[in-house]
Amino acid sequence: MRLKRVLTYTVLILGAIIMLLPFYWMVSTSFKAPQEVLSMPPKWFPSALNFNNYIDAMKSAPFGMFFFNSVLVAIFNTVLQIVTAALAGYAFARLDFKFKNAFFLFFLGTMMIPMEVILVPNYMLLKYLGMHNTYLALIIPWAASVFGIFLVRQFVLSLPKELFESAEIDGCTHWQILWKIVFPSAKPVFISVGIFSLIGSWNSFLWPLIMTDSESMRTIPVGLAYFSAEFSTRYHLMMAAAVLSILPIILIYFFAQKQFVEGIATSGIKN
Amino acid sequence: MRRPAETRTAVFFLLPAFAVIFLFHVIPAFYAWYISFFKFDNLSPMIFTGLSNYARLLKDEMFWKSLFNTFYFAAGTIPLSIIISVFIAVLLNQKIRGLSFFRTAYFLPVITSMNAVAMVWLWIFQPDIGLLNYILGFFGVSRINWLMDPVWAMPAVIMVSVWKNIGYNIIIFLVGLQTIPGEYYEAAQLDGAGDMQTFKHVTWPLLMPTVFFVTLISLINSFHTFTQIYMLTPDGGPLKSTSVIVFYLYENAFKNFDMGYASAISFVVFLITFVLTVLQNKFWGSKIHYGN
Repeated sequence: MRLKRVLTYTVLILGAIIMLLPFYWMVSTSFKAPQEVLSMPPKWFPSALNFNNYIDAMKSAPFGMFFFNSVLVAIFNTVLQIVTAALAGYAFARLDFKFKNAFFLFFLGTMMIPMEVILVPNYMLLKYLGMHNTYLALIIPWAASVFGIFLVRQFVLSLPKELFESAEIDGCTHWQILWKIVFPSAKPVFISVGIFSLIGSWNSFLWPLIMTDSESMRTIPVGLAYFSAEFSTRYHLMMAAAVLSILPIILIYFFAQKQFVEGIATSGIKN
Repeated sequence: MRRPAETRTAVFFLLPAFAVIFLFHVIPAFYAWYISFFKFDNLSPMIFTGLSNYARLLKDEMFWKSLFNTFYFAAGTIPLSIIISVFIAVLLNQKIRGLSFFRTAYFLPVITSMNAVAMVWLWIFQPDIGLLNYILGFFGVSRINWLMDPVWAMPAVIMVSVWKNIGYNIIIFLVGLQTIPGEYYEAAQLDGAGDMQTFKHVTWPLLMPTVFFVTLISLINSFHTFTQIYMLTPDGGPLKSTSVIVFYLYENAFKNFDMGYASAISFVVFLITFVLTVLQNKFWGSKIHYGN
């Protein structure tokens, strides 16, 4: 049915335009000269590529520092969450110990704790420990992901028992089994966990907003928030800053598209 | 068949995750409950005030307004988002050329930081020289003050939130659609069912578990909404029309340094999301069909 095809593509393309238009507008405005930005009717194309907007934006706030902070925290969070999930997930799936079920339920229960509830207490705790306004405040409390533990446990449970039995007969320790046997075949699961941790950490806002004070400790989202408040009407600068901050994740997405989508898809199914 | 060495290994394997979760999630959760009975600002000594924070909550108009705003936000974003994403997912589930392009287009808002995209939406919502009013002008719509209008501020926030999240729901629904066995569609075709009928009797019922899942997650996430409010309406909006519950909590804790009170608010959030989860399970659970 040709009509159906035409309608389908029309709707999809219209939708895609609505999704992408703000991004085009962001990039386009970021290259406009200040007066061009204010012109009415709005100009769809900048008359020239004003790269100075980007230079000015980077001079007005230490985006390099923000970027470094975000990357550092994201990497640590992701690696730590994967490692703790691997260890705990394996333990719940393959080890036998007292109170195993109770512990598992305990972990599951903690998933119900909203971040907002622990915001103020952690603020107090981290200040008390002298960790406030340091990387530790952004990393340590999020070094473990119960969701990751859940995913790894599911995966390990799905592996054939013979795999483990023959390894154990060969005298492998659990540590060796985990890293030499489970880890290589668990790549999709770990990528899932990793993607979630990465996106979660990268886009985290309220937590770093509260747990940092100085400009040098700000992550990109927090840096953008302050930038937005300070340069609120200088749209050419605002847009340059915004483009700078989304570029890294867009690049990563283009290189790891499949993993991104698979990560979301596998974790989205809680059958 | 329990071996003592396994317990030792288990302790070693579980300790990191357990330590982090216990110290920074569980203990703080209990502590939050404890401090909700005090008045303090993290500088002067804590003063025990019993239930007065909770009594104050009940009388606090701004608290109830924030709750209302949150439900308004949820009611605005969830049905709209689900309807649009199911529709798009169904379209994308056919043999489409350029699937990768469409997937990228719909997914880009999801992976980019809310702080960054909120900045361009601030610009788009600008009443005099912003893109939205300009485009709406072609349809005869008169100038709307968007983020500065008590009536339109929340719809603006809803618009941004739906835009940002649709791609995520589309992926989830695409997976859900792909779990529907082809035989059902074939059977429907043999019975002479048109597209609408197939959707109504095959697709939608079998998609229900996924819809239930997305609704539940979205509802709970509504009670965690903060970033777009802070970026688009840093003061909680005109007449506080966009001050959702987490925003109100943030203002009390870190602008007024009324931390005991903020903790009480956080507990109400905890309670509500907990009850919602239980209710959702009960209500939707009975409506899930598994093949007719």
